[in-house]
Amino acid sequence: MLSPADIAEKEPGPPRKGSGRSPLCRAAGLGLAGLARLLAGASVRWIASQPDTCQRVYFANHTSHLDALIVWSSLPQAVRELTRPVAAKDYWSRGIVRRWLAEEVFDAILIDRTDIKVHQSPVDMMIREAGTTHSLIVFPEGGRSATGEIGEFKSGLYYLAKKRPDLELIPVHIDNLNRVLPRGEFLPVPLLSCISFGPPMWLERGEAKLDFLARARRAVMAMKE
Amino acid sequence: MNDNRTIALVAGVLALLTAATAVGQFLKRHPDRGLDPAAIRTFNNRLRGWWILCTVLAAAFWLGTTATVILFGLVSFWALREFITLTPTRKGDHRALFWVFFLFTPLHYVLVGLNRYDVFSVFLPVYATLFVLARVAFAGDYKRFLERTAKIQAGLVVCVYCLSFAPALLQIPIEGASDADRTGNFRLLFFLILLVQFADCMQYVWSRMLGQRLVASAVSSNRTWEGLLGSATSTALLAAVLWWAAPPFQLWQATLAGLVVAVMGFAGGMTMSAIKRDRGVKDYGTLVVGHGGVLDRIDSMCFAAPVFYHITLLITGVKPG
Repeated sequence: MLSPADIAEKEPGPPRKGSGRSPLCRAAGLGLAGLARLLAGASVRWIASQPDTCQRVYFANHTSHLDALIVWSSLPQAVRELTRPVAAKDYWSRGIVRRWLAEEVFDAILIDRTDIKVHQSPVDMMIREAGTTHSLIVFPEGGRSATGEIGEFKSGLYYLAKKRPDLELIPVHIDNLNRVLPRGEFLPVPLLSCISFGPPMWLERGEAKLDFLARARRAVMAMKE
Repeated sequence: MNDNRTIALVAGVLALLTAATAVGQFLKRHPDRGLDPAAIRTFNNRLRGWWILCTVLAAAFWLGTTATVILFGLVSFWALREFITLTPTRKGDHRALFWVFFLFTPLHYVLVGLNRYDVFSVFLPVYATLFVLARVAFAGDYKRFLERTAKIQAGLVVCVYCLSFAPALLQIPIEGASDADRTGNFRLLFFLILLVQFADCMQYVWSRMLGQRLVASAVSSNRTWEGLLGSATSTALLAAVLWWAAPPFQLWQATLAGLVVAVMGFAGGMTMSAIKRDRGVKDYGTLVVGHGGVLDRIDSMCFAAPVFYHITLLITGVKPG
């Protein structure tokens, strides 16, 4: 098990782009966050939970390409600056605009879903990239569900929680965004969506992987009203 | 602002709101009067909503006809998004909805702004309907086809088409006023808004005080026949008192308009209640505290506006457009 101090010492990671972001990127981030929230009519609820700049992992159900953007923009700006979405490389590195958005504006951590190796596992990469200051937005289902049902969680969240037990895990429920921009569509319909942040949870001592993943999934579903 | 009638109307509304706010604040500071604190809170929240409404309207009126049409267009857009959010649609409706939101709704308001009654009176009810039907068919999902297209159609008609008759009032030529002088039209529009708001309130007050017979208990647990009657009578009375503010009307015509506005507003409220009951929600959204969603605020307006518009046309004998 690695402590935060160990990570900072042993693996300094690549130079951080986010810390020195240009004013243009910051302005683009602000504008985009505002635009996205307006377009998706997102109302944000914190249920038994408060926004905080401490290191966290926000894990949400995944229904639309807008998910990462909307969750990111639902956070208060101070928190947003420290929060990096974890997104699929195959989608976000395609095209110059998307790559610029992912790399410079959201400061996303791009995961190659097609090329997962043992010595370069996505979880290790997330931990390295998060360092000791950044929070992460992850979608443990691994992909978007076609029906709007919340699928089974993949084990990444469990290993993340096991290797960094100090991170607060915040369940996030995204409602109605799959109707704003469904799978396979590229033009959005401006319906109203709702983003709910739930109370923090942690991996319990000795909790089995499947039990933990089921509990995390229930925490997300519980906010569906 | 060269005429006394506008000044009198503005001053009257300001005085009334100020007085009501003073009463509301007094009741809030003295909770020992035996009144229900929840009712006082509702009252104060409503008042805040009216202040916002009046400020926004005043700003739009001051900026002119185009600004007012745009304001109503934005309200329609927001109401439609609340409406469609609450009505289940399927993926096959997505592209039709895109055009409904980003083409048909704005274009309709452009036509209203251009005073093209001949086009805007059929644009949504005929052409948007045909488009939605065909576009959903082209999308290839036939499940509950009529039900889905009817929902989109109902949303368009209620939230966009009907509401747009309120700013369309600004385009009706009024006898004795020059083309450039729209003050009378703004007073007419404000007259309508005032009557609708007043009818809503009176419905609530009369239902609370005398309400015995519910119109349809399954749909609304507070709308009674007594409320409808009381609201229609009081609104007709208010319209009679304020008849001088609405330029083309004589006393009896204003009174009749008040009566009709109250009845239509009530019908609008009932309709939206039925939809909300079916979807199992209380309000359509959360924009202004204590006021539910935009659609909760404008449901009566949507039903009253077209009728009021056509009454005005009938009375003035003007050919629109």
